[in-house]
Amino acid sequence: MLNNNPFSLLAEIVSPFAMQGFIIAMVLLIAVGTIIQMIHHKNLTYFFNNAKKAKLAATKELGIGEKTSIIAKTTVVDIGTTSELGFGKRRLAHVLGMYGTILFWISSAVLVFCYTGVGKSNSETWSMLWHVGAILTCLGGYWFWFFLRVDVSAEAHPWYRIIKADLFVLALLACATFGLAWSYTQFNNQMGLSFLFLTLFVASNLILFGGVYWSKFAHMFYKPGAAIQKNLAEADGSRDNLPPPADAPEQFGLGIKREEPKHY
Amino acid sequence: MSTFVYMTRCDGCGHCVDICPSDIMHIDENIRRAKNIEPNFCWECYSCVKACPNHAIDVRGYADFAPMGHSVRVRREEEKGTISWKIKFRNGTEKNFVSPITTKPWGKFIPKLADGDTPNQGEINSQKLYSEPEGLNTNQELPSVPKDSFKKGVYY
Repeated sequence: MLNNNPFSLLAEIVSPFAMQGFIIAMVLLIAVGTIIQMIHHKNLTYFFNNAKKAKLAATKELGIGEKTSIIAKTTVVDIGTTSELGFGKRRLAHVLGMYGTILFWISSAVLVFCYTGVGKSNSETWSMLWHVGAILTCLGGYWFWFFLRVDVSAEAHPWYRIIKADLFVLALLACATFGLAWSYTQFNNQMGLSFLFLTLFVASNLILFGGVYWSKFAHMFYKPGAAIQKNLAEADGSRDNLPPPADAPEQFGLGIKREEPKHY
Repeated sequence: MSTFVYMTRCDGCGHCVDICPSDIMHIDENIRRAKNIEPNFCWECYSCVKACPNHAIDVRGYADFAPMGHSVRVRREEEKGTISWKIKFRNGTEKNFVSPITTKPWGKFIPKLADGDTPNQGEINSQKLYSEPEGLNTNQELPSVPKDSFKKGVYY
């Protein structure tokens, strides 16, 4: 099953052009939802105002080379490993989900555009990546959903309480789960179940990408921007008005160990 | 004055929720980030500001002087055992302070209340607080105010 492209079997009843059109429509939905959200929430205005304030408070002018190096380092270290989440389960679950989702989406597009249709060969590698991406998304997502959600772990709400902030993670998990279930049932010729899971897979995609304006989807674009701005502010000395790291002396006493926020 | 959260910095870790003595730092239902649900009940203890690992919490000044450019921000580096403050005055003066958080081993001097004896009803009704009088390094009887000397309606 893992080596099998689920979209090529589907191409027998659904035109590959319809599948490609669906992916393009989903990309457009992301763009439209994010732009409307940016206009409504004034995220860009906030970022630019912050950048202006930082420039005024800067103690050091950064050259283009320095800025590029900070942005590159932030992309690799901070964004690529979600370092803002510190060391622990939250970061691991997020990294699993993040790379799983990226693999899942990219391999979906590659499979549909390059390996689905009459006369097109199967790509075992991309099919494998599609399944692995979905599995990683499920691993990270369900770990987060059942054990790590802050409103459950720090606020003591029950795990089954669903709030608006769950729209993104639940829709994403539904996509990955129903996608895997569809692939499995289709591979085993369980046609009824296969159609059911395909319908659920399509519906969860529509909710995920159609709900960008209402969900946390766009945090994937804002968080990298915020990380870059934070590191640039540290480098140019403005530091959002924060004091510099202590250096005289560098070590006071023995230091303390931060505990998990679970004292409700 | 009350706390507020920079949403771009907050990652929803829950440290502020955990530490807030007024229980007013909560997680927003729409974006799963921290927020102060009752700014009027905030007494500016700065616990959440100091506990936030991402420096995402700040304290809003009163409207009559906040727009004039003051700022009080703190960086707590627990691995170093330091806490640093940067105070920016309205006239542009800046002051920086660095202090130790504690010089004692962490956890050693925190009273283990759960391991202690359960207080009896007499101790609960007593005016003495936990560990008194030994905790005050004295074995002498502590002064007390008899309840019948209270004026009704003033104290209780």
